[in-house]
Amino acid sequence: MTKPVALVTGASRGIGKAIAEKLAVDGFFVVGTATTDSGAEAISAYLAENGKGLKLNVADAESVETVIKAVNDSFGAPTVLVNNAGVTRDNLLMRMKDDEWDDIINTNLTSVFRMSKAVLRGMMKAKTGRIINISSVVGATGNAGQANYAAAKAGMIGFAKSMAKEVGSRNITINTVAPGFIDTDMTKELSNDIKESLLASIPLSRLGAANEVAHAVAFLASEGAAYITGETLHVNGGLFMP
Amino acid sequence: MSNVEERVKKIVAEQLGVKEDIANDASFVDDLGADSLDTVELVMALEEEFECEIPDDEAEKITTVQQAIDYVAKNA
Repeated sequence: MTKPVALVTGASRGIGKAIAEKLAVDGFFVVGTATTDSGAEAISAYLAENGKGLKLNVADAESVETVIKAVNDSFGAPTVLVNNAGVTRDNLLMRMKDDEWDDIINTNLTSVFRMSKAVLRGMMKAKTGRIINISSVVGATGNAGQANYAAAKAGMIGFAKSMAKEVGSRNITINTVAPGFIDTDMTKELSNDIKESLLASIPLSRLGAANEVAHAVAFLASEGAAYITGETLHVNGGLFMP
Repeated sequence: MSNVEERVKKIVAEQLGVKEDIANDASFVDDLGADSLDTVELVMALEEEFECEIPDDEAEKITTVQQAIDYVAKNA
């Protein structure tokens, strides 16, 4: 296998799929993961000879270990990891149950710790690596009804900065991409009222396309981004400017 | 024993990029220029080479080449 290997979690649809497709175009052998067998098969189908879909539950430590080992053995150690898998379980804090909190922190944040740690050994050996975490604008701004999701997404940013300091000497960079409102299944759930008020606050007056996030990720994975680490790149149409 | 010694020194040389002969009493950090990440990598490499698991509290005590040789000779 001569192509470098990129691992993208949550690649069966939405932003993750766009990222996997873009990295494949950029010359990576892409391993995309999904939580179901049918999702994994769909990934294998759209990546064709440029990659493979695997079933992975990022919230399950054992599943992470098994899949990373399988990837290392079959395709080689990934030098790019995109932590994209994420879910929402929105609720007002007054009503939020412990399991709504735990589930989101585990799937969206603890998974980033597990996946990053699991690929780090291979990256240290290769003396090169790119880890890109897909956070969210709400990790920077907060959002009513999303205390759990926003906390997890903000946590990813602090994690990336710490890890960037730890492994920078090994030529490994860790960056975060924070999408705003992107036209995916996740944002289709929003009511029309919310969508309209959102659009009014986005200078570019439209939702983003998954592809537009994928290009930001591809840049951070590229040679040209070698000197950028610990950074958060906002892709949000001007909704939030730090 | 000498075999263990040679293998340990080979790994130390590879991990820390040491070209000269390595003394048994050489300290990874003070003499061979290892940083904290190097020492973690070194322990992982030893675990791989000798197919053993070195617990964190044991790993902390391995600071010289001789200590690594002794640990491996005793535990692997």
